[in-house]
Amino acid sequence: MSLFRHHKKIETNATLLLVLSLGVVAIGGAVEIAPLFYLENTIEKAEGMRPYTPLELEGRNIYIREGCYVCHSQMIRPLRDEVERYGHYSLAVESIYDHPFQWGSKRTGPDLARVGARYSDEWHVDHLIDPRSVVPESIMPTYGFLMKTALKPERIEAVLVANRRVGVPYSDEMIALAESDMEVQADPDGDWEDMVARYPKAQVRNFDGQEELTEMDALVAYLQMLGTLVDFSTFQPAASR
Amino acid sequence: MSKKIKMNDEDYPTTGHEWDGIREYDKPMPRWWLYTFYLCIIFSVGYMIAYPAIPLLKGATPGLLGYSSRGEVSEHIAAVNAKNADIEARLLATPLEEIGADADLARFATAGGAAVFLTYCAQCHGAGAQGAKGYPNLQDDSWLWGGDIAAIQATIRHGIRNDTDEDARYSEMPKFGEILEGAEIDALANYILQVSSQEHDTVLATAGEPLFEENCAACHGETATGDREQGAPNLTDALWLYGGDLETITQSITNSRFGVMPAWQGRITEAQITQVTFYVHQLGGGE
Repeated sequence: MSLFRHHKKIETNATLLLVLSLGVVAIGGAVEIAPLFYLENTIEKAEGMRPYTPLELEGRNIYIREGCYVCHSQMIRPLRDEVERYGHYSLAVESIYDHPFQWGSKRTGPDLARVGARYSDEWHVDHLIDPRSVVPESIMPTYGFLMKTALKPERIEAVLVANRRVGVPYSDEMIALAESDMEVQADPDGDWEDMVARYPKAQVRNFDGQEELTEMDALVAYLQMLGTLVDFSTFQPAASR
Repeated sequence: MSKKIKMNDEDYPTTGHEWDGIREYDKPMPRWWLYTFYLCIIFSVGYMIAYPAIPLLKGATPGLLGYSSRGEVSEHIAAVNAKNADIEARLLATPLEEIGADADLARFATAGGAAVFLTYCAQCHGAGAQGAKGYPNLQDDSWLWGGDIAAIQATIRHGIRNDTDEDARYSEMPKFGEILEGAEIDALANYILQVSSQEHDTVLATAGEPLFEENCAACHGETATGDREQGAPNLTDALWLYGGDLETITQSITNSRFGVMPAWQGRITEAQITQVTFYVHQLGGGE
């Protein structure tokens, strides 16, 4: 075992130990991470994915601000019990416009990857104001203040620009119209046709039932679209992944 | 096995470090530990050959076993479906009313229906189907849209007042706050307190009666006992979806109510619809 005798040199030389440790970790990292950037089959394409609408994106920001991710994951793992409870397992492409992604493995509350269109808007509003009113055993905090907090439309343009910088394909038109797109999504009486053309499958409703555009509108709009973009009645995921 | 020679502690070399007279032995690793370590290395080589592992230019090596997590989950689901295939086919072939007569089917439908209920229905109707404000209790015998098993199935299949299913049950109560004066609403609310045998202002209730006949009786019926064709609740009993006190009744009249339930057809399987229908029907209120 003379080979291992040389190990003593490393053990007794802190700088050498540090440099070689770094080398080992770098090899591990390169092998595990680098292929994800070039392998074609890491992220399959799926029809229907589009960037978030301004209102949904603002809702997502509220979701992150309030720390919803601390208790809720957005990743249905390919396991039978999860698929039967939450729906089709999540695809990588479904998080392609998420910065940062909302995966996770800690679930104090249920997974939300496919919560969209599962409950009514009223349910979400009731539930966010007082979770115990609809789920007596719930331990979720209350978020009634969202009903009273007006959305600040003037910042949404900057949010879209920031997302474009990290790779979300927002067009110049989308960014220029962000403010009005955001307002019109919560106004079924407005001219929302162009907005829906820009963001297919966008749901237009007065989400919180109030006249004012509040953070509740944004958060419910976000929750109601989660997992609804890819149509799994027509999409066939490759089985070999 | 070679003969084990027990060495005395003094015979081992030390690492050469010394702290206040304390030295450290340079003893070899325990054999069992070392062999387990080598075994793990050998195992990892076998694992890399058997399972997807090494990233190449186009994709990772597929592994000899052809494993994929997606393949595994679809296998698991297929296996369970295959096990249930017979009884599921029998469940779907049996008319709803006759499921209860077959003990096996009834057990299968109740157990499966309970699981479906907890997954999809409990969030609104409660884990025990007890309901909540705005979400009907399914345990009692007060039904908005009918409580026989076929009516329950239609409700589950198409939902209520949603815009995704054309066959969803639909009705819309007008917002009487836009139609009637405040005093008239007050009178109406007192009339409803009267028909539901609660404390009320008799003068106002008498004034409310003609208003009720004119505005409300078309849906809720002349005797205020409701109409299931239109999902109009019975106002004479003690069961309230939103609350039966004066304030809540006034709110309901002024702003109206518009309870929505999603359609489940297409989202859960036909067998699951039948199961949860049977489950809800047997909770206690089924007609």
